[in-house]
Amino acid sequence: MHTKTLAQLSVLLQSKQISATELAQHFLNRIADSNLNAFLHVDPAFTLEQAATADARIAAGTATALTGIPIGHKDIFVTRHLRSTAGSHMLENYVSPFDATVVDKLAAAGMVTLGKVNCDEFAMGSSNENSYFGAVKNPWDTTAVPGGSSGGSAAAVAARLAPACTGTDTGGSIRQPAAFCGITGIKPTYGSISRYGMIAFASSLDQGGPMAQTAEDCGMLLNAMVGFDQKDSTSLERQPEDFNRDLNKSLQGLRIGVPKEFFGAGLAVDVEQAVRAALDQYVKLGATLVDISLPKTELSIPVYYVIAPAEASSNLSRFDGVRYGHRAADYKDLNDMYTKSRTEGFGDEVKRRILVGAYVLSHGYYDAYYLQAQKIRRLIAQDFAAAFEQCDVIMGPVAPSVAWDLGAKSDDPVANYLADIFTLSTSLAGLPGMSIPCGFGQGEKNAKRPVGLQLIGNYFAEAQLLNIAHQYQQATDWHQRAPE
Amino acid sequence: MQWEVVIGFETHVQLKTNSKIFSGSSTQFGAEPNTQASPVDLALPGVLPVMNKGAVEKAIQFGLAVGATIAPESIFARKNYFYPDLPKGYQISQFEIPVVQGGYVPCIVEKDGKPALHQIQLTRAHLEEDAGKSLHEDYQGMTGIDLNRAGTPLLEIVTEPVMRSATEAVAYAKALHSLVMWLDICDGNMQEGSFRCDANVSVRPVGQKEFGTRCEIKNLNSFRFLEEAINIEVRRQIELIEDGGTVVQETRLYDPDRKQTRSMRSKEDSQDYRYFPDPDLPPLKISREWVEQVRNTMPELPSAMRHRFVEQYGLSEYDASVLTQSKATATYFEAVVTAAGTSLAKAAANFMMGDVASTLNREGIEIHAIPVSAAQLAVLLQRIADGTISNKIAKEVFSGMWEAPSAEVNLADQVIEAKGLKQISDVGALEKIIDEVMAANQQSVDEYRAGKEKAFNSLVGQAMKATKGKGNPAQVNELLKKKLAG
Repeated sequence: MHTKTLAQLSVLLQSKQISATELAQHFLNRIADSNLNAFLHVDPAFTLEQAATADARIAAGTATALTGIPIGHKDIFVTRHLRSTAGSHMLENYVSPFDATVVDKLAAAGMVTLGKVNCDEFAMGSSNENSYFGAVKNPWDTTAVPGGSSGGSAAAVAARLAPACTGTDTGGSIRQPAAFCGITGIKPTYGSISRYGMIAFASSLDQGGPMAQTAEDCGMLLNAMVGFDQKDSTSLERQPEDFNRDLNKSLQGLRIGVPKEFFGAGLAVDVEQAVRAALDQYVKLGATLVDISLPKTELSIPVYYVIAPAEASSNLSRFDGVRYGHRAADYKDLNDMYTKSRTEGFGDEVKRRILVGAYVLSHGYYDAYYLQAQKIRRLIAQDFAAAFEQCDVIMGPVAPSVAWDLGAKSDDPVANYLADIFTLSTSLAGLPGMSIPCGFGQGEKNAKRPVGLQLIGNYFAEAQLLNIAHQYQQATDWHQRAPE
Repeated sequence: MQWEVVIGFETHVQLKTNSKIFSGSSTQFGAEPNTQASPVDLALPGVLPVMNKGAVEKAIQFGLAVGATIAPESIFARKNYFYPDLPKGYQISQFEIPVVQGGYVPCIVEKDGKPALHQIQLTRAHLEEDAGKSLHEDYQGMTGIDLNRAGTPLLEIVTEPVMRSATEAVAYAKALHSLVMWLDICDGNMQEGSFRCDANVSVRPVGQKEFGTRCEIKNLNSFRFLEEAINIEVRRQIELIEDGGTVVQETRLYDPDRKQTRSMRSKEDSQDYRYFPDPDLPPLKISREWVEQVRNTMPELPSAMRHRFVEQYGLSEYDASVLTQSKATATYFEAVVTAAGTSLAKAAANFMMGDVASTLNREGIEIHAIPVSAAQLAVLLQRIADGTISNKIAKEVFSGMWEAPSAEVNLADQVIEAKGLKQISDVGALEKIIDEVMAANQQSVDEYRAGKEKAFNSLVGQAMKATKGKGNPAQVNELLKKKLAG
């Protein structure tokens, strides 16, 4: 059952060949037996209750395509029943009085919550090693990182502990773990999916998105997740659409932009090979490759690592021990309480980013750092606008290498930041970006570790991205591979 | 050394919306603590602000009333600092680009006994959210935090440093207070914290161009304290400088019991608020259409009414300003004129600024509680105009009406009748009295005929006394002159 895609499970459920209860129980068993540390909070009784409700809906004929399908939610989305920790000691015992809009919408469609999945603390990280609750292991090679910050989500799908999980992507946090774990994930255009109930990291960059086995699965989830939310002032009023409507369109004449900056010196040979092989496959499907340039690519690293920490430093001020979350046991006055609670509650990477963020916003530095970064951000978006004059979609690697060993980069935060180079600019521009599996690395260690192909579309082009991905997935079988 | 006082004001006006500026919670005062604080107000993980259009409309109304520029696009910014009554750890405010820019508030200032019209220039007014309340007593050494108030919409109104005395500052504060209530954008309840003034005070030698170092005085919740505090602070600064010290830029609180200001925190090593545009809120766009829409739903603005009183009733600018200081006064005045007739508008204005104002003052009540109705006052004015009573007697009639209120529109007539105050205009009767007065005051008569003008007044006085004040003054004057001329 667990090898089936979401689309396949949907058919089985609708035709009553399996029940939601069976399906839920099956995945709950697999989760219980797993030692990947992907799931943080699981309540079987709660899950089975939802499954029973789904079964009743299916029986009554009021089901949707997603009714009865189990899903894991990244612990950055608040939920009423299960705890929401954002991977942090600060919120270790926090239970939200409301559900995130995304959770609400998927529940309304009849999805069954398997549990909350692990992530880097407050979505800050690229390896899921920054979680207070321990690192997540990559199911392909348990000595490797699964990527981050949605490492739990990616590992869970790859290990078939869930047919799909929600993730969030601020600078690549859906795409990169999807690549490292050999699954499919998409970050839609900024503003498409409501951020209400998504614990904020960087407000102008955060976007939720689905992570699953196939493009088609992601499209089914997008259909339920995307939509205007009155409670989120940055939410867009997009006309309702079926994101899977163009899956079967031919790719004849498709112009694929290949940015030269994505294939420079820092790119690992084995990753390049897998990506170029994928591009060749696209040519076979009727596409043409166009050389393009995204000149500001390198600048995206300092720009992102100024803007995101700045917004985060402000967003995380509410975690002060006053109303909820961790409060130090002993303190002598207000400032002492603040200091101790936040020192104890936050991990190192979070503290690092808060410090950087406060610094770049401070008097005397704001103009040189924050304001300047926002100006360059606009130039980065203009790079893409110019590129899309010459091509319909941009493709390249998701990360400069396959997944690294657990612990390998823990002492070098900047090394982690540099590895984000291919995904940051998409987020800065607010464009939709996707990752699909396209092969594996080479060499004794890397041969087990997946490689992802990144697809970057123009604003609101999610249906087109899914079409382009789907055609590749019809012609290849990387997306069907699963670890032993 | 001659010192000049420089004062600027920052006033936080709580806007009278039903719900908070960025959440749907109620803004009702007096609820049990923390019963009007939603997840958004509590800054729970994952919440986001949504702007309340009603608050923006009230800001637009204010901008229109003071002749300011309404920014077609303004930005919400985060003001970051830690305090337990600030749940997000930042206040959503406006920094570089506020919604209202410029404008002026007119007020009447008494200087050397003479009232003058001053236009107080505003720098800006911007929207922001209020913080919660910290209660330091009753909690056994801890502090109680009530977040009901957190998120209430505020309009922060900032003046240029153009005021030069505590008197002027209080006049401005009162005029602003009146204006926001006139517009119905604020309930003006200073005890409940709906209208909070902070004064920025500095001194400099007369003639010096540069401003002296200023101190901010907070915690001024009455007009009386405002005036006291400013004067005390001015004295403190002058004494300090004259003793060879320097004024430190800081925030001070006024202690009304000890009659002194004391330092609260230094504005110097004060916070760096790390302002940046709030990424959760798009720029606030206000179209021409929206402004016009708001303008059309507004009551007649004080400035428009002022202008109309001048044009329609022939009042002076000064008189019109006094009568439009509050909506209640203006409404009353206009009702009087409507009942009495436009030809009596000036008379009505004078009477209101004179006897009515002084009586209200003495009794310590506001005009909405006046026991004499506009229609009744109109009748009184008509009786002066038609000669039934003199101006002087009218004061007595007015007192009589005030002391024995009734619903009768013709109350003036009743009082005149009851007290026998009708003016004596009958020539025969007056001549007789004047003859008697002249006979009894031969010395004054002789002095006047000898050229002493002052003697005339004394004779008039005697004549009026003899008529018990009811003599028609113009008639008495004329007849006496005639008789003295022989």
